[in-house]
Amino acid sequence: VLSYVAGIAWFLALVFPPLTQRTYMSENAMGSTMVEEQFAGGDRARAFARDFAAHRKKSGALPVAWLERTMRSVGLEVYTQSFSRKLPFPDETHERYMVSGTNVYGILRAPRAASTESLVLTVPCGSDSTNSQAVGLLLALAAHFRGQIYWAKDIIFLVTEHDLLGTEAWLEAYHDVNVTGMQSSPLQGRAGAIQAALALELSSDVVTSLDVAVEGLNGQLPNLDLLNLFQTFCQKGGLLCTLQGKLQPQDWTSLDGPLQGLQTLLLMVLRQASGRPHGSHGLFLRYRVEALTLRGINSFRQYKYDLVAVGKALEGMFRKLNHLLERLHQSFFLYLLPALSRFVSIGLYMPAAGFLLLVLGLKALELWMQLHEAEVGVEEPGGAPGPSVPLPPSQGVGLASLVAPLLISQAMGLALYVLPVLGQHVATQHFPVAEAEAVVLTLLAIYAAGLALPHNTHRVVSTQAPDRGWMALKLVALIYLALQLGCIVLTNFSLGFLLATTMVPAAALAKPHGPRTLYAALLVLTSPAATLLGSLLLWRELQEAPLSLAEGWQLFLAALAQGVLEHHTYGALLFPLLSLGLYPCWLLFWNVLFWK
Amino acid sequence: MAAAMPLALLVLLLLGRRGWCLAEPPRDSLREELVITPLPSGDVAATFQFRTRWDSELQREGVSHYRLFPKALGQLISKYSLRELHLSFTQGFWRTRYWGPPFLQAPSDTDHYFLRYAVLPREVVCTENLTPWKKLLPCSSKAGLSVLLKADRLFHTSYHSQAVHIRPVCRNARCTSISWELRQTLSVVFDAFITGQGKKDWSLFRMFSRTLTEPCPLASESRVYVDITNYNQDNETLEVNPPPTTTYQDVILGTRKIYAIYDLLDTAMINNSRNLNIQLKWKRPPENEAPPVPFLHAQRYVSGYGLQKGELSTLLYNTHPYRAFPVLLLDTVPWYLRLYVHTLTITSKGKENKPSYIHYQPAQDRLQPHLLEMLIQLPANSVTKVSIQFERALLKWTEYTPDPNHGFYVSPSVLSALVPSVVAAKPVDWEESPLFNSLFPVSDGSNYFVRLYTEPLLVNLPTPDFSMPYNVICLTCTVVAVCYGSFYNLLTRTFHIEEPRTGGLAKRLANLIRRARGVPPL
Repeated sequence: VLSYVAGIAWFLALVFPPLTQRTYMSENAMGSTMVEEQFAGGDRARAFARDFAAHRKKSGALPVAWLERTMRSVGLEVYTQSFSRKLPFPDETHERYMVSGTNVYGILRAPRAASTESLVLTVPCGSDSTNSQAVGLLLALAAHFRGQIYWAKDIIFLVTEHDLLGTEAWLEAYHDVNVTGMQSSPLQGRAGAIQAALALELSSDVVTSLDVAVEGLNGQLPNLDLLNLFQTFCQKGGLLCTLQGKLQPQDWTSLDGPLQGLQTLLLMVLRQASGRPHGSHGLFLRYRVEALTLRGINSFRQYKYDLVAVGKALEGMFRKLNHLLERLHQSFFLYLLPALSRFVSIGLYMPAAGFLLLVLGLKALELWMQLHEAEVGVEEPGGAPGPSVPLPPSQGVGLASLVAPLLISQAMGLALYVLPVLGQHVATQHFPVAEAEAVVLTLLAIYAAGLALPHNTHRVVSTQAPDRGWMALKLVALIYLALQLGCIVLTNFSLGFLLATTMVPAAALAKPHGPRTLYAALLVLTSPAATLLGSLLLWRELQEAPLSLAEGWQLFLAALAQGVLEHHTYGALLFPLLSLGLYPCWLLFWNVLFWK
Repeated sequence: MAAAMPLALLVLLLLGRRGWCLAEPPRDSLREELVITPLPSGDVAATFQFRTRWDSELQREGVSHYRLFPKALGQLISKYSLRELHLSFTQGFWRTRYWGPPFLQAPSDTDHYFLRYAVLPREVVCTENLTPWKKLLPCSSKAGLSVLLKADRLFHTSYHSQAVHIRPVCRNARCTSISWELRQTLSVVFDAFITGQGKKDWSLFRMFSRTLTEPCPLASESRVYVDITNYNQDNETLEVNPPPTTTYQDVILGTRKIYAIYDLLDTAMINNSRNLNIQLKWKRPPENEAPPVPFLHAQRYVSGYGLQKGELSTLLYNTHPYRAFPVLLLDTVPWYLRLYVHTLTITSKGKENKPSYIHYQPAQDRLQPHLLEMLIQLPANSVTKVSIQFERALLKWTEYTPDPNHGFYVSPSVLSALVPSVVAAKPVDWEESPLFNSLFPVSDGSNYFVRLYTEPLLVNLPTPDFSMPYNVICLTCTVVAVCYGSFYNLLTRTFHIEEPRTGGLAKRLANLIRRARGVPPL
């Protein structure tokens, strides 16, 4: 208990000054040199954006021919890539199923360089025409960059269709791999190893603030230096920059600053835990390309910036990235951000998770001792205690009896992973539901069916010593959970910590004696699905847009569908992790609870 | 050389010696020329060539008097019995797809017994390489075409390649005596987009910020050739100023070309205005469309992600509508990419393409790179993909370069091919025709020879973090290992109480003293 409290307290304390350090630039190549931004193509960008929007409206899709022509006219090498992807089931939030589109990209060849390295500026265009200002700015920047002679790395200007799907298709084709079963035409032009990428999303030609998104696929984060670079240019250009849509607290000495930081931190934890790519930069991280997404936000604030200010910030960032001699490798890759100018390094946040996992370890140790004592208690009247005790036969029987529940819960997990997508057609034939709904409902059905498990396994399991049976099962489950959480924490701290916070107390408490209904309620509340629902509610709460329970339920269903879909389209690992790893583990505790 | 890398060094060292006959009195001559060609993409390529020929047997005669031939190189030839040397410094990458086949190629007609070939893909070329190169010229940069060689303009280009080629040439058909030929070439590509503000017109002054004022008095020939292939059609598309006195027609790289000739030794040429500033104006600017694609171009890249494995892929494009032709592909891959030769696949049009010849020499760690040479037939209108998987090796910690996270370079692969030409070419006499002709060797009338270099590649190897945490990890590992070792020792060793056979230091000392005294020990 103490350890659990300590873990949570440590996490909450992370936002206070001694634990959050000021960010600093580690990369010498980007730190010392100054650049002067000269971008002045605001009108040009607006004109490009207008043309683009008009052509897009006319054709109803990405105006590929117009983009090619325009990119060529500003002096780029232009290539296109067509791709198509059949989603495993219809995506209801984006209304798409059979997706096919075309990516257009232009390469600015650096003079006197042999195309060994490149930088990417990408603008993802969705089905709606929101991002045309960003395309305009991209083209104006390309025109400006083309006139400069200092480039040492090629610059790729990429406009993708169907936002992230297009980005994924392009990245897979660029690296000539096929991870997600995307069909796409091979790329004609390449520009070496991509060193860094920036994604740009603008909704209007004036912005009040720039929001930066760092969380990528499976909770991967870009190098902290890239974020520092962004922050430097925010300060230099006097731009208002936000993180998670939150303003930056100025005063860290009083209580307000850290509390605001805590909100931002929690939002980041929730977003990172979701494992979704928050912006098209998230897909670059898999290929070890450091990337950020910049979002222009236009709110009701008085003071607004035009495209020139944003363009200047981008120009400055690109020029500094151009100076890079090596890949970004100096600063942190694993960090948490309570604010843009403050970070918590891995060494400081790990103890929080460590304390939580210690609970599991201690509990497991206690059970082990109890089991051992019980054995000794059984054996003592019979035989003489030798110095080296061989494994008592009764324990062997106990372990064998554990195999059945373990196998069954794993099989449940496997069913949860495989069946919804496979069985969607069967479901649509027999029930009046759409495919996407079918998938979600099957998910929930299988999930709930898992709860009926103890009654089923009980017939299979036959043990002579019931008390030791559940103890052994719980011991195995505890170690299993601790191992899984330990692994998750190392790769995606937020997810690991979130799961540990919810699952650890219930896991430690679950036993077939005492107030069973209370335990059962606790266990249900902390099951992975309930955690997801809770996280959604918390997320909206922190965003100051609280949800009612009904809305939350709708959002929950949508999130389930999205989770499955993202696993199939981008290779997000949250769904298989939950269904194959944590859900069976949780079932084991459920089993322990209803042990007879 | 149409080198695709910042610096290429090609040394052909022939150790065998041939027959030679009595020397004639030494004669030397200098020819210089500049060829200006608009490229398909609209950029402008300028190729300088200075050729010094010396009818002298440098290796046999103790030559001490040098006139036009640079002494530094002459001594090199006679001291090391050098038979051929090709050294080129290139910054930038010849973009074959947009610029067409490259101009400067290494000679294709050498019969060599011993060949050394080396490439340094990481070196940068700058003014300090240009200055000594200019000093090799007889007129330095004082007169003739070399006044145009101003460093700040030459390095303000998209491509820069300077080279020195030394080779023996036969003085007569039976090759009974040889002369030495020094050929200094420099080719640059001016970015029309930056220098011309989007227009494709050019003039000598705009490109080099100099004009031609006088010929080099030592040169026996000094000419400027301007490619005006589209000129003839009623003066409609382009205009050159001053109008050329003579033109020259030839088949270059399989297409018919027309060149305007400006001879600097022709006194009327310069005397008119004290200087010569050749200008070209497009009357009807060419359309802003994708430039025509050459018959052969290639692309090379590393595929895959992660730091364990990867794949080297080379795409060879044959865009000829109906002719297939063979290509010789030469790859040298550093040893720290461990190639899996069984994964070598060559596919064109979805089918496996069996190379007619493969030579593979495996790498030896730290000694020698992989060498892979293949002769592949490219079907008409196809893309052929040659791919081979590799594993990234872990280097010793002292073998990493100072900036290991930059990545490690893999030198470009070399493609040599006989590409079918559109127009049949006549065999030419190289001594009589313009110098640039020898840059495009023709094997027979229907083919022309092309040598291409692909991009150099940058591959990241698994790199330890050479920073404070790395040191800390090393230190802690050592401490843990020591602690673990002693703990393990303590825990696994069984201790027995044993009667002391010898009673410690005091007793031993006592025994020594006793022995010295001749008393029996305790």
